[in-house]
Amino acid sequence: MHKATIKELSARLAARKLSSVELTRHFLSRIKALNQKYNCFITLDEEASLGQAEAADRLRATGRGQALTGIPIAQKDIFCSRGWLTTCGSKMLSNFVSPYDAHVVERLNAAGAVNLGKTNMDEFAMGSSSETSYYGPVRNPWDVATVPGGSSGGSAAAVAARLAPGAIGTDTGGSIRQPAALSGICGLKPTYGVVSRYGMIAFASSLDQGGPMARTAEDLALLMNVMAGFDARDSTSLERGREDYAREIGRQARGLKIGLPREFFAEGAAPAVMKAVEAAVAEFGKLGCETVDVSLPNMRLSVPVYYVLAPAEASSNLARYDGVRYGFRAPEYADLPDLYRKTRSQGFGWEVKRRILIGTYVLSHGYYDAYYIQAQRVRRLIARDFAEAFKRCDVIAGPTSPTTAFRLGEKMDDPVRMYLNDIYTIPANLAGLPGMSIPCGFDAAGLPVGLQIVGNYFAEARMLGLAHQYQLATDWHRRIPPGCDA
Amino acid sequence: MALTADDVKRVAELARIAIDESEARAVLSQINDVFRLIAEMQAVDTRGVEPMSHALDVTQRLREDAVTEGDQHALFQSVAPHVEGDLYLVPKVIE
Repeated sequence: MHKATIKELSARLAARKLSSVELTRHFLSRIKALNQKYNCFITLDEEASLGQAEAADRLRATGRGQALTGIPIAQKDIFCSRGWLTTCGSKMLSNFVSPYDAHVVERLNAAGAVNLGKTNMDEFAMGSSSETSYYGPVRNPWDVATVPGGSSGGSAAAVAARLAPGAIGTDTGGSIRQPAALSGICGLKPTYGVVSRYGMIAFASSLDQGGPMARTAEDLALLMNVMAGFDARDSTSLERGREDYAREIGRQARGLKIGLPREFFAEGAAPAVMKAVEAAVAEFGKLGCETVDVSLPNMRLSVPVYYVLAPAEASSNLARYDGVRYGFRAPEYADLPDLYRKTRSQGFGWEVKRRILIGTYVLSHGYYDAYYIQAQRVRRLIARDFAEAFKRCDVIAGPTSPTTAFRLGEKMDDPVRMYLNDIYTIPANLAGLPGMSIPCGFDAAGLPVGLQIVGNYFAEARMLGLAHQYQLATDWHRRIPPGCDA
Repeated sequence: MALTADDVKRVAELARIAIDESEARAVLSQINDVFRLIAEMQAVDTRGVEPMSHALDVTQRLREDAVTEGDQHALFQSVAPHVEGDLYLVPKVIE
């Protein structure tokens, strides 16, 4: 049953052919057998998960179940889950049992979903390989010598290895889409403001957005229907009417205009990635879509802009970790300033510290205009490029990541090389646009390739509909990593 | 423009992160690599372009000036490193 989609499992739960307790036990036993190999999960709480499963079964028995009632969902350890250890992959929060639920977690609980466990991730979501975690690196189920991508690498690897039918992640510069691509699954970063950031541990607040990870576009829609929604506790949450993200699942793709930014196809990506992406574009042609050439001339500035804005916002957000109210406190210190300095020095890893230092520098007196304000101006140029492009097309398509999964340790000593993994994903975060990644092929080594689809604001349903039509015509999303089918 | 080890130490002090000489030197070259990357965007002519601080043009929501939070101090302090008499304890600041 671990090979079934959320939609299929939901139908079996609704028909009472399967109980949530059986389903949850099945996934927990798979996790026990395989987690050592992949290191996807930081925390499991069998009793809590099974308690939710029993409650879901009772709800189903009364006929009041919804699509996700009784479905086990893995949660990235960046979401605060009440009573659960919530570490954000950091020593700084290695003892933090959250006293409250994130809005997304509240909504999943209200829908009767089961929290299957908290997944491993890059520390404070800073990374593209899930190697900066205090809890050790996550391994890619397609080849354990390679990384699953990051920062939501534990969620991606869990879904790929069939240790969870779906998961939730967050995306600041590509942290849902890039691991989805490298792990051969689907992931969606919604329009900024659609999913509440309340209780989602902050990294760069003007870019952070939660979203679903699963094996099909249809399952992403089911998760979005629960995750999205207004929340007054997030000052950037959008007040919009409820929407059914599955409403365009059955719609034909015929006539849809797909923009191909020449900057996405120009250079930089590995030949195997481009070959798979071009084959996917050809498949869209068979579905009756038109392609149009578009341009995002400022795209090459996205990574430089991001590495001003994200560290600046992070240095401010992470100032809260002072060893006083919660989390780690250094065991020895002389006075209060020493308590702060030692706690932060010992509690944060080097990737986090480096970004705090960069962020503090660009915000410091005399540099603010040259770095921070300039980055915000270039951010607007990048957003304008998308606005121009969307005058001529409905969605944009291209690669999610320039390469397939790379080897563990390969880029850890060279931050700039690591940062360039996100060259195709960062632009959507800067503009606040929805972006998704779906599997579209494999390289010669058998590692998955992701196709990125970026839509205009609030075009999620249309993107999911297009992805679903593609998945009816192809079977890349059904491929299972070696050793994960039995 | 390249940073020096002294710049790194000064910024670390502002960020309240203890860093010694050898750590400052080790992190310096990586930070300067990042600043070389950042330099690409500094050369762009952005005269007349309004800074974009937020993805969508939305205004700050207002709410009634009413109490919305109940007293949860016991719950919140249950995860604090050191609490006594409902107070968070830190080393003495004033002699």
